[in-house]
Formats: sequence, C-alpha cells, structure tokens
Amino acid sequence: MQQLEINNLRVAIGESEIIRDLSLTVRTGEVHAIMGPNGSGKSTLAKAIAGQPDYRVTGGGVLMDGENLLELGPDERARRGLFLAFQYPSEIPGVTIADFLRAAAQSRSPEGEELEATDYYAKLYEKMDLLDIDRSFTSRSVNEGFSGGEKKRSEILQMAMLEPRFAILDETDSGLDIDALKIVAHGVNSLRSPNLGVLVITHYQRLLNYIIPDFVHVMVQGRIVRSGDKELALELEEKGYDWIRDHAEEPVLV
Amino acid sequence: MSDNTAVLEHVKESEASEAQPTTRTILSGPAEDTPDQPTWFRQQREQGWQDFSLLPNPTRKDQPWRFSNVDVLNLASYQSGNLPSDHDRAQILEQSVALDGKSGRLIFANDHFLERDVLPESLRKSGVIFQPLERALTEHEGLVRRYFMTQPAALGSAKFAALHRAHVRAGAFVYVPRGVELDLPIEIFHWLADENVAVFPHLLLVADETSKVTVIEHFRSVEKTRHGFACGVNDLIAGHGATVKYVCTQRWNENVVALQINATTVERDASAMSLNLHLGGAYSRFESLSRLVGEGARSDLLALSVAHHKQEFDARTLQDHRSPHTTSDLLYKNALSDRSRTIFGGLIRVERHAHFTDAYQKVRNLLLSDDAEANSMPGLEILADNVKCSHGATSGQVDEEEMFYLLSRGIPEIIAKQLIVAGFLDEVIGRLSNSLIGQHLRDLIADKFRLDATRAAIAA
Repeated sequence: MQQLEINNLRVAIGESEIIRDLSLTVRTGEVHAIMGPNGSGKSTLAKAIAGQPDYRVTGGGVLMDGENLLELGPDERARRGLFLAFQYPSEIPGVTIADFLRAAAQSRSPEGEELEATDYYAKLYEKMDLLDIDRSFTSRSVNEGFSGGEKKRSEILQMAMLEPRFAILDETDSGLDIDALKIVAHGVNSLRSPNLGVLVITHYQRLLNYIIPDFVHVMVQGRIVRSGDKELALELEEKGYDWIRDHAEEPVLV
Repeated sequence: MSDNTAVLEHVKESEASEAQPTTRTILSGPAEDTPDQPTWFRQQREQGWQDFSLLPNPTRKDQPWRFSNVDVLNLASYQSGNLPSDHDRAQILEQSVALDGKSGRLIFANDHFLERDVLPESLRKSGVIFQPLERALTEHEGLVRRYFMTQPAALGSAKFAALHRAHVRAGAFVYVPRGVELDLPIEIFHWLADENVAVFPHLLLVADETSKVTVIEHFRSVEKTRHGFACGVNDLIAGHGATVKYVCTQRWNENVVALQINATTVERDASAMSLNLHLGGAYSRFESLSRLVGEGARSDLLALSVAHHKQEFDARTLQDHRSPHTTSDLLYKNALSDRSRTIFGGLIRVERHAHFTDAYQKVRNLLLSDDAEANSMPGLEILADNVKCSHGATSGQVDEEEMFYLLSRGIPEIIAKQLIVAGFLDEVIGRLSNSLIGQHLRDLIADKFRLDATRAAIAA
C-alpha cells in the first residue's frame, strides 16, 4: 500500500495564510472527501499539492511514498503519479485533445522511446467509450468551447488515460446537471481500484451519493475540523456548515 | 523538349546543362543575356539595372523601413551561383519532397533549373501551363509579357524589385485557363547551395476566369551556415471568379538575407488566399500588396513566423480596396524567442469608390522571451463610405494558467511551450482549409522546435 501524506501543511497566497496546519493521509484504494464552505481553502489545498506556483508553502510537507513532493516541479509530481482534476480547466487554443494527451502519455515513456500510436489510440477510444464521449472529441481544442459537462468529462478522461496513483478531484461536480454528474461519477467509480487513492473536494453532499467515500473530512478556515465516514456528509447536508462551526473540535479562528 | 511531345505522366525532365563557372557579383551589372530571350525581356532587364543603380538605399528614416535592420542589406559580396556540385544536386533532388500529392513540380538551385515533374496529360491538354520562366518566355511570350512584373513594388522595395528585374532567370510560370481546376497543388522548390550566392526566385501565376489552383513554393538551403541572398518576386493574378491559393514555406538557413515581394491582383468575384510561413533567414523581409480590383473580390492574407536567436522578420502589407463590395482579411501571427525581432507595418486603404468594403487586419505576437521584440504599426486610410474595417495588434506572453495546466499533466515545460505555440499558430493554418498542406506546415514548425529542444538539452 502507498500513501499520500499531508503533514501540518501551511499555504499562503501573497501575505494571507489560507491553509493552516492541515494534516491528512490518503492510502491507495481509499476515497476521501473533503467538504467545506466557500473560502475554506479546499481548492488552495488541491493546487498547492499539485504545485501551482502562486501558492506558497510556508510550512509542513507533502509526501508521496515518502518522497517530498514539494521539492519537485508540477510536471515531475504528475509523472510520479499525482493527478489534479481542475475545477476550471484552462482552454488551450489550437491544441487538440489527442495531441495534448499524447504529449502527456509520451512524457511518461522512457527517454527516447516513442509512444506506440496504435496502442495509444486503442486505449484512448476504450476510455472514451467508458465516459460516453464521442470520437470527434479528440480533434477539438482542449476545453475550447466545451460545455461544463464536457470539461469535466475531459478531466476524467485524462485521469483515465494517465492512470495516476493519487487523484485530487477539485469540485468536479460544480456546474454539472444530474445526468452529467452521473456520467462523471460513473467514470470515477470505474477507475476506483486498490492502486488508486482519491481525494474528492466538494461543496455539496450530492456528488457523494454517486461517489461513495470511505472517509469524509470537513474543512473550515484552512484546517480539517472534523473527520468521519460517509454519514458525516449526510449530517452536514442536513444541518449545514454553521453546525460545524459551532461544534468545531478546536476553536476556529476568524 | 516541349510539353507537346508524348511524355508519360510522372516523367522527370532534367535540364541540368553544363554551366560554365562564373563568379560575377550581383552589383557588377545585370545578368547576362541568353540567346533565346525576347528583346523586351532584355530591355526590361537593362531598365531594372538602371532603376536599381539610381534608387537610393533604404534607411531607417524611411517610413517603409522603420525599425528595420537595413545594415544587413550590403549586397557587395553576393554573386550569381553556379550549378551545384553533383553531391549537392543529388541531395537537393532527394530532399525536394514536401507533399504526398502534387500536380507538378519544378526544382531550382542557385537559380539553375534542375528537374521537374510535368503536369498530368489531362491538365496539359486542357491548356494548363507550368514551365520554367525561361522556357515560357519563348513558348508563351505573349502571355508572360502581358503580366510580367506589371505591379509596382509599393511597400518600400522598389530598388530590390528593380534588382530582381535585372537578375531574374529562375522561376515558374503558371497559367490556368478558364474553368480549369487543379485538385492537387503545384510545387516549386528553390535552393541555395553555395557560399555568398544570390538567387532571384520568380513566380508568375495567372488563373483565368473561374479556374482553381493552389501553388506552394519552398525556399530552402542545402547547408546550415553558408551566407546567401534571396530576392524573390511573386505575382498572383486571380481572374474573374477564380480561386487562387498560394503557400510559401521559407526555410533559408540563418545566414541568409531574404526579401520577398508579392503582388496579388484579385478581379471580380475572385478569391485569393496566401499563407507565408517564415522560419529561416537572418533577416527576412516580406512585402505583400493585395489589390482588390473587381467587385466581390476577396483576399485572405495569412502569415506565420517562428523567430529565434537573433532572427528578424519584417512584414509590410497593403490591402488595397479599389472596388465596392470587396473583402480582405489579414491574420499574421508571430512567435518570438530569444533576442528575435518582428516588425509589422500594414495599411488598409479603401479607395473613394470602394463602398461596402469589409477589411480586417489582425496581428498577434506571442513573446516567449523577455528579450524578444515585436513592433506593430497597423494603419487605416478610408476614403469611401459604408465600410467595415477593423485592425488590431496585440502582444502577449504564455498564459501561466495554461502552462500550469499542461505541467500538471506531466508535460515538461519545453514541450508544453511548444504545444502552446503550435496551438497559437494553428488558427492561421486552419484558415487554409487544406489538410495536406496544413500537416506539412505543422511538421516544419515542429522541426524548428525540435532543433531548439536539442539545443536546450545540450545546454542543460
């Protein structure tokens, strides 16, 4: 078993500290959900782990199988097996999904070894069928003119192709109608395996009806204030985030 | 040899005659006459030389040369070239391959005709002419004379157009008669082979009423470091209702100084599209004059430059609307690395009677280095009413969010940059709507990046 270990992490944007002493361990085979109100630092956590240069780590560590990820560039982290599904994926004009994914796959091949095109396309089409994605999708520019649902399906398609060991899904449910949500959740569920650890970040409990988590953590003001099983999500849905604020295990600073 | 002889399709002709070695510099006088040249051609050659001698050298103070590095235009060391060595010739013939499908092909090196693939018999029978200029001068004298360099070099290079007139000998004449359509492109290769050689590539393309043709020219160097000078002229004439596409891939080596002077004339309801891909040269200037002379005429002006090291690409354009209901659309994109420079000076001019004109001009610069420099001088001169015109030039850097997105997929920074740049340029290639040529252009751009990637790897 492998693990993604977040130890006493502190992250700042500019001068303001967003993540304040956060610790969490995700093992392969597990699905963790982080829930929290707007501004609690959920997305900051995701981007800091992935290596977004605007997010400054001021303390603590992130280890993947004992290796300090914070010393690696974002591309190296990804090649080690980390994946971030973006809440707002960037548009890359003029770069097709096929070329983009091929470059990503190529970057994981040993030095000097060309990716086998036939194998690559066979795998791509298999994953696209799984996510109910039309073949013409591959010749479109990355995220350009995509609907909300298409963007999220594209993120999950990338995850399926790149076969990470740890995946962080940042508000993958935002902007999706129920049908699109089901398709995306189905895609994620089909990728669940003993070799993959998943961290699902969401504002709403709804997604967790379709991607059933093993653990649920509630995040408020940059730290995890409560952890539990999937029942915690339901309780939270019922009682609202104020309930957590009122019953935080330790005092929450404003 | 004549096109009327029974030549099988795909037959190759070669006219690599034994040329006597000459080392005349191009500033010592016009090119020597050959016996079969018509008198008018010899006269205009003399005239070209006189004009060249009288016209002043450009300076940066001249508006059409603003920002240009005119110092590179010292032409004293350049000379006319000899037929390349057997070794170089073999290499040139082997490498004069670009597209999978073509209607015909001409290959020149050092301004000497090397070889050609003649057009299929069906096209020859329908009257399509595709010949080396020298031969067309005798076999189709009337047609050539009617169109040969009739447009003024209005964008600053009158002196160099005159030099071209004085020295021109290699190039192609293409004539497509009324109603004839060519499905596959015509290809023309011009190579520079030896040190300090000057070439004067010429293309005269006349597409008669409602005909359709695509021509692609390739400018290449045999070797990576030899100095050279290229001074080309191409005249494109799209007759009533004709559709002309012209593509040029400029890949001279990076010690070559290049000038290319284009004039496109678009007649009633005709449409002309040109795409120039600029990759090579130390200094490469491109002047493009598009004249919309008949109602309903349309001209698309497309260009791409990928500049690195200390390369300089200098583009000057004029979209000249001379009739009502005409459309022109210019899209130029430059990607600049290292200490490279680009210059764009472009004018849309709508003449007094050219009402209901649509004219667009868009220049986009992607700066990949803090030391790169993009200069843009867009301009409008509108004398008519009821016109829709827009122009704009922008410069930007790689978007950091886009970059992070690619990195987060494991793509190394250098490859991510290549993808973003290729994507940035792809809009222009897409406008061509020709997958065969489009793929070739993408490959050439990727090749240039590969060289840079190798360089980066060695440096690391």
